[in-house]
Amino acid sequence: MRDVAVIGIGCTNFGEVWESSFRDLFVTAGALALEDAGLSGETIDAMYVGNMSAGRFIEQEHIGALIADYAGLTTTHIPSTRVEAACASGGLAFRQAVIAVASGMEDIVVAAGVEKMTDVEPGASTDALTGAADREWEGFIGATFPGLYAMIATDYMNRYPLTREDLALVPVKNHKNGANNPIAQFRQEITVDTVLNSTLVADPLRLFDCSPITDGAAAVIVAPLERAREFTDTPIKILATAQASDTIALHDRRDISTLDATIAAGERAFRMARVEHKDIDLVEVHDCFSIAEICAIEDLGFCRKGEAGWFTREGETQIGGKIPVNTSGGLKSCGHPVGATGIKQVCEVVQQLRGEAGKRQVNGAKIGMTHNVGGTGATVAVHILGV
Amino acid sequence: MSVARFWRKIPQRYNLIGTKCLTCGRYFYPPRTFCPLCRRDGKIVEHEFSGRGKVITFTVIRSSSDQFEHLTPYVLAIIELEEGSRVTAQVVTSPEEIKIGMQVKRIFRKISTDGESGVIHYGTKFTPL
Ligand SMILES: [Zn+2]
Repeated sequence: MRDVAVIGIGCTNFGEVWESSFRDLFVTAGALALEDAGLSGETIDAMYVGNMSAGRFIEQEHIGALIADYAGLTTTHIPSTRVEAACASGGLAFRQAVIAVASGMEDIVVAAGVEKMTDVEPGASTDALTGAADREWEGFIGATFPGLYAMIATDYMNRYPLTREDLALVPVKNHKNGANNPIAQFRQEITVDTVLNSTLVADPLRLFDCSPITDGAAAVIVAPLERAREFTDTPIKILATAQASDTIALHDRRDISTLDATIAAGERAFRMARVEHKDIDLVEVHDCFSIAEICAIEDLGFCRKGEAGWFTREGETQIGGKIPVNTSGGLKSCGHPVGATGIKQVCEVVQQLRGEAGKRQVNGAKIGMTHNVGGTGATVAVHILGV
Repeated sequence: MSVARFWRKIPQRYNLIGTKCLTCGRYFYPPRTFCPLCRRDGKIVEHEFSGRGKVITFTVIRSSSDQFEHLTPYVLAIIELEEGSRVTAQVVTSPEEIKIGMQVKRIFRKISTDGESGVIHYGTKFTPL
């Protein structure tokens, strides 16, 4: 296997971008990534694009071809492939691109992610997202996505010392980071009271525990490490790519409050990268809901099971803490265009390792991790990158 | 959900009919036709569940998709059936009453109405014992 590096990144602004279409979004992200790598389109060998549900959100399938077409790549007829794993679609697209280059099959590969979610009514987007869970035995019964994570939160808070206030500290911290991220959907800081006074969505989760509905796209370009310096002075090496699966339905999990797929993907990634927890300078975790960040930092092994509330309260997940979590603002503040999120996480880690993260920079960051979850934990992708 | 897709599973949804693996003795509801533990050595037969169980975790859904919005707030829970299998279901009780460990039994209820076709879907909910 060859070593692989990220040589370019690009990300649109995240938010309710009513003036931009699905096509506008990915063309913008792709162009930014090419510009960042100093590449022109004809050098691209292949493309993987993460997208969860264009069929439901904009009634368009066949996204691989559409993207190649509007990115102006029809003259070279490159292979362009859509990858779908609900909210982990982006993470899996990135992994496919890395594998394609590592194998020696391709040289310059684009991994992109895109989702246009605000062209449908909120009820319709809620229903589309429920497709990430078990439609027949969860969705049909009346389960919603926030409802499933709420049942994780109920179970967790019944078994471990996590107060409602502790849980609120997760979005408070993520908004604080997102306020310094120019692409973030919500750039204002919030307080614990903002969270506790927001509308109940599914007890005990409130509106400010939930990531928003977002339009956005992100793209990264990967190449063999040995060629990376042709394109950039700051190649970021991929130290590990890992993926794991679990039961589609939450009720079939070994433990309601543990994402075994996170544990499996995390362990595989640490083994592949040959690094330890203390070596990781920052991690982007999948905080689709506040409770998801609590579970993620435990299941990745940054603290013990049941201690994430205390760990968060002590400030260990803030920039300057033991392990800065979600410096981008996370899904909560930066926004969550589901197919694009896994790629955006990679963009954030690359910016941090290049030292280009501005006010949210983790000083001297050398190694970063991404953690992207599909559904309630049925798919997890974990990547470790380093300089 | 399409009429065919729903009707296909009517016995399972109406009467809590799942499956059982004779090789390892595990019960499956929702039904599985392949035992994840025994794999090719598994021997799957139909099994009608007793319908009694207890609440493992729960939430109160305050905001839902179009099909369920009119029911809000409603209680959603993961129920561990007596036989050991777990299932997601609505519990017909108030948000104040529901708690972890509550003993429940199955009841036959309307689950949703399909807005476009007007078809009413029935299935299993649970009620406190
Ligand atoms: Zn068996």
